[in-house]
Amino acid sequence: MTTATALKTETDTMTWQTICSKADLVAFSGVAAWLDTSDGPAQVALFYLPGHDQELYAVDHHDPFSRANVIARGIVGDLKGQPVVASPIYKQHFRLEDGQCLEDESVQLRTWKVSFKGDEVCIEV
Amino acid sequence: MTSTDKQRLIIIGNGMVGHHLVEQLVERDATTRYDITVFGEERHLAYDRVHLSEYFAGRDAQSLALSTSDYYAENDIALRLDEAVTAIDRDNSEIVTPLGRYPYDQLVLATGSYPFVPPIQGGDRPNCLVYRTLDDLDAIREAGRNANTGVVVGGGLLGLEAANALKGLDLDTAVVEFAPRLMPMQVDSEGGELLREKIEALGVQALTDRATQRIEDGEASYHRMVFQDDKVLETDLIVFSAGIRPRDELARDCALEMGERGGVVIDDHCLTSDPAILAVGEVALWNDSIFGLVGPGYQMAKAAADTLTNGSERFQGADMSTKLKLLGVDVGAIGDAHGDRTPGARMYRYLDEIKQEYRKLVVSSDGKKLVGAMLVGDNSYYDTLMQYYSNGLELPDDPASLILPSSEGAPTLGPDALPDTATICSCHNVTKGAVCDTLDAGATDLGAVKAETKASTGCGGCAALLKSVVDHELEARGVEVDQSICEHFAYTRQELYSIVQVEGIKTFSELLEKHGQGLGCDICKPAVASILASCFNEPITDAAHVPLQDTNDTFMANMQKNGTYSVVPRVPGGEITPDKLIVLGEVAKKYQLYTKITGGQRVDLFGAQLHDLPDIWQALIDAGFETGHAYGKATRTVKSCVGNTWCRYGVQDSVGMSQQIEHRYKGLRSPHKLKFAVSGCTRECAEAQSKDVGVIATEHGWNLYVCGNGGMRPRHAELFATDLDDETLFKYIDRFLMFYIRTADRLQRTSVWRENLEGGLDYLKEVIIEDSLGIAEELEQQMQTVIDTYECEWANALSDPEKLKRFRSFVNDERPDPDIIMTSERGQLRPA
Ligand code: SRM
Ligand SMILES: Cc1cc2nc3c(=O)[nH]c(=O)nc-3n(C[C@H](O)[C@H](O)[C@H](O)COP(=O)(O)OP(=O)(O)OC[C@H]3O[C@@H](n4cnc5c(N)ncnc54)[C@H](O)[C@@H]3O)c2cc1C
Ligand code: SF4
Ligand code: FES
Repeated sequence: MTTATALKTETDTMTWQTICSKADLVAFSGVAAWLDTSDGPAQVALFYLPGHDQELYAVDHHDPFSRANVIARGIVGDLKGQPVVASPIYKQHFRLEDGQCLEDESVQLRTWKVSFKGDEVCIEV
Repeated sequence: MTSTDKQRLIIIGNGMVGHHLVEQLVERDATTRYDITVFGEERHLAYDRVHLSEYFAGRDAQSLALSTSDYYAENDIALRLDEAVTAIDRDNSEIVTPLGRYPYDQLVLATGSYPFVPPIQGGDRPNCLVYRTLDDLDAIREAGRNANTGVVVGGGLLGLEAANALKGLDLDTAVVEFAPRLMPMQVDSEGGELLREKIEALGVQALTDRATQRIEDGEASYHRMVFQDDKVLETDLIVFSAGIRPRDELARDCALEMGERGGVVIDDHCLTSDPAILAVGEVALWNDSIFGLVGPGYQMAKAAADTLTNGSERFQGADMSTKLKLLGVDVGAIGDAHGDRTPGARMYRYLDEIKQEYRKLVVSSDGKKLVGAMLVGDNSYYDTLMQYYSNGLELPDDPASLILPSSEGAPTLGPDALPDTATICSCHNVTKGAVCDTLDAGATDLGAVKAETKASTGCGGCAALLKSVVDHELEARGVEVDQSICEHFAYTRQELYSIVQVEGIKTFSELLEKHGQGLGCDICKPAVASILASCFNEPITDAAHVPLQDTNDTFMANMQKNGTYSVVPRVPGGEITPDKLIVLGEVAKKYQLYTKITGGQRVDLFGAQLHDLPDIWQALIDAGFETGHAYGKATRTVKSCVGNTWCRYGVQDSVGMSQQIEHRYKGLRSPHKLKFAVSGCTRECAEAQSKDVGVIATEHGWNLYVCGNGGMRPRHAELFATDLDDETLFKYIDRFLMFYIRTADRLQRTSVWRENLEGGLDYLKEVIIEDSLGIAEELEQQMQTVIDTYECEWANALSDPEKLKRFRSFVNDERPDPDIIMTSERGQLRPA
C-alpha cells in the first residue's frame, strides 16, 4: 500500500529527542514539557504509569475544549480498561493511547512515541 | 400557518394557574394555532404563591419565580406584565388596558382572588395591610421596620401564615379570630383548642370570638382595635386575612354568568357562559364551589388547555384535603373532616394533652370507609389516611389503629396495597399507575419519574409517598439500582468510607488492590482522596496522594479558564490587619495579579502562573497567612458580622467566635465544600442561615443552624439547637460535621444530604444531640484527630523541594506558556 511506504520513509528520518529524566515524572500523574518539532515548538503532556504494560504516554498539553495548555494537570485513570486523562477544566476524557476524546468523536489530541532510554525520557520526532 | 392565520388567545392573569395554563398549552403545541398574549397586573412573572411566606424567610422573588421571560420569548408568547386589564368588550371581542385595546378570538380569565378586608371602620388606615402578593410582603416588611407589635385579623390557614411572618419580623404578634376557634374550616373545637395552646406556646397570642368593630388612633401604639365587647387591643401594624374573594369584576362588568356569592361560573371544560371565554383557578366557580388551592387550579388549567386544543380532559372537581405546617405546628384535614356532610357518620378521636396531639377519623355509617380525618400536632398519619380516603379502600377491622400511636410509629399502608388508580400527587394528578408506566417505559430512578410525571414538583407534600412507591416498584421489577461510585469500585461513597475506616487503609493503591479494579478515574480518585483526608489528614501533596487530587488540590490553587491559578489566603472571620492587607497588595503588584474581594470575606488574587505559586505563597506565609483551601472540598470561610465589639445591637463577640470556628475546622476535608457564618444578633448581618453551619448570637449563648445553602438551589438553614454555650456549640458542630462526612454522597452539600436524610431533622437531632446511635464520642474523637493534625499545606509543600518540583510549568525549560495572554480592564489584568 502506498500510505504504508510513505509512513515508512517518514519514520526512517525520525530521531529521538531527550525530554527530561525519570525523576522529573510524577507517578500516576502528568507533567508538561516543551518539545522541538520540525513544525516549531510543541507542548506535550507526559504521563507515567509505573508497573503497567505501557508505562509512558505523550499527548498534546493543549486542551482543545478550553484552549488552555493544561492536559498534563488532569487526573489519569482508565475507563473500560483504556488508560485516559480527564481534562482538568471541563473534564472530557482523552485516551492516552491515541488521544481520542471519548465524549466527542471529532476531537483527538496528537500523540508521540515516548520511551525510557536508561533514566532519560525520549520522544520520537 | 402564517401568524395572520392564527387565532388570538389572550390570558388575563399571570398567577400560578395562568402560568400553568401557558405550560400546558406549550406542551400541546398550541402556539402553532394561537398567537398567545398574557396580561399580568403584578410586575413579577408568575411566582410560587404557595411558598410566598418563604420570601420572609430569605427567598427572593427570583427563586420563587415559576418561569423566566426567556421561556415566554422562546415559545413566542407575548408577556405584558404590569398591565392590568380593565374591561372586556364582548361585543367587539376586545380587552381594554390603560395602554390600549387588544382583540381576541379566545379569552381566558385567570385573575385569581383578592384578600377580603371586612368592612370595619378604620380598616383603610395606613399600616392596615393584606397578604397575597410579593408587593404586599414588601409593604409588610417596610411597615414592620417601625413597628413593635402586629395583629393578624383572621385565624385561618393564611392568617396563621401571616402571623408567622410577623413573628419573623420580630414583632409581638397576635391573631384575632371572629369564630370561637382557630382554623374553623379545618379543625373542630378540640383541635382548635390544642392549636391555640401550641401557638400561644410559640409566643403568638390567639384571641378568638373577637369581632373587630373599628380601628382608631392608639395611645401606646399606632392603632387601637375596638372589639364587640368594647375590649381593645393596641398594635402598630394590622394584616387582614379574613378569607379570599374571586377577582371576578371583569366578568361581572361584561355580564358573564356569576355565582350568587361571586365567582365566574364554568362547566367541565372551563367554559363560561360565553363560549369564547374560559376561566380557571380561584376566579372560577365550578359546581357552586370555589377551589382555593393550587392543585384544583392546575387541573382546571389542564382541562382548559384541552378545551382550547380539542383535547378531551375535563375538570371533574377536586379534593380539598390539605396538610400544612403552620408556625411549626402540623395540621391536616381530609375530606369531610367535621363529619357534618356525611349522614350517619361516626367518629374516632384521639387526644394526647401531654404531647399535644389530636386526631379524628370520620367513618361511614357502616364503619367500612373513611370519609374524613383531622390531624393536629403530627401529620405523619396523613399519607396513609389520605390513601384510604381518596381510593375508597376498606378500613381495617379496628380503624382506630390508624390514629393511635403505635410503638413503630404511625401504621403505614405499604405502597403495594395501593391500587393503580391511587392518586400519589394531587397537585399534578399523578396516579400510582402513571408512576408505574414511566418505570415500565424505562425510568430507573426517582428523578426520572419526577421529570416525566411532574409528581412532587407542586406543593411537595407527596414527596415521601412518591419515593416509597418508586422504591417499592423498582424493587418489584428487580431493578437493582446501581449505587457504585464508578466502574473501579462496586461500593457507594459511604461504604468506601467505612472500609477505609474499619480496615485502616491509608492509600488509594491499597484500597484499589484490596477492593477495586483497574487504575481508578477522575470520579473515585478525588472521592477516595477526600475520605483519606477526613480520616487521617495526611498532606494531600504526599506522593501517595497527589495523583488522586483534582488539579485545584494538586496545586493548592483554583485553576482558571486560561490555565492560570487564583490564590486565596485564609482571613479568619474576615478580620485582617492593615499590615496584612498591605502584604496582599504588594504580592499582587509584584506578580501582576488581578485582585478582588470575594463573597466569602477575603481577597482573591487571580492570574498566577503555576511556577510562580511557590514564591507567591512563600511571601504570604512569611507575612503570617495560611492557605484558605478555596480550592478544596473542605472548610472554606467562616463569615462574620462585626458583632458586639462595635455594633450597638450585638449581643456576643461574633468575630471572636467565627475565628474560633475557622481555626477549629480549617483544613477539614469533606464530601463537598463547607461554609460557616456567625452573626452577633438576630439581625443576621453575616447571613448565617444560608450556610452549612450557621451560628447566631442570643442573649444567653448561640443558636445553631444547619444545612443551609446559597448557590444554585438556595436552602434556608434549619434551627438545630438554641442558647448553647461555646463548648456545647463546638461539640454539636463536631458531631454534625463528622456525621455528614461519614454518610454523605460525593459532592453532596449538607443541604442535599439533609433533604435525603431519612427521618429528617428530628432524626439528625436524635443522632447529634441525644446520641441515639451511640457514636457521638467517636465522631468527636475523629474530629479531634483532624484538628490535632492540622498543618498549613502550603507551608508543608514549601518545606519540601521534591514537592515543589511539581510546580514547574514545564519540566525541561523555563519558557513561560506563550498562550497565556492578558489584557487590561478597569486598571487590572484579565485573560484576553
Ligand atoms: C471567588 C468567589 C467569587 C467571588 O469573587 O466572590 C467564588 C468563586 C468560585 N466559586 Fe463560588 N465563589 C465564591 C463564593 C461563593 C458563595 C458565597 C459565599 O460563600 O458566601 C457561594 C454561595 C454560597 C454557597 O456555596 O452555599 C458560592 C457558590 C458556588 C457554587 C454553588 C454551590 C452550590 O451548592 O450550589 C459553586 C459550584 C460548585 O461548588 O459546584 C461555586 C464554585 C466556584 C468556583 C470554584 C468555580 C470554579 O470551579 O472555578 C469559583 C472559583 C474561584 C477561584 O478560582 O478562586 N461557587 N460561591 C467566592 C470565593 C469565596 C471565598 O472567599 O472562598
Ligand atoms: C400565603 C399563601 C399561602 C398559600 N398556601 C397554599 C398551600 O399551601 N396550598 C395550596 O394549594 N394553595 C395555597 N395558596 C393558594 C394558592 O396560592 C392559590 O390557590 C393559587 O395561587 C391560585 O392561582 P390563580 O392563578 O388562580 O391566582 P393567583 O395566583 O392569585 O394569580 C392571579 C393573577 O392574576 C392577576 N390579575 C388579577 N386581575 C387582573 C387583571 N384584571 N389584569 C391582569 N392581571 C390580573 C393577579 O395580579 C395575579 O397575579 C396560598 C395562597 C397564599 C396567598
Ligand atoms: S448581626 Fe447584629 S451584631 Fe452583627 S453587625 Fe448585624 S446588627 Fe450588629
Ligand atoms: S401533591 Fe403537591 S406536589 Fe404532589
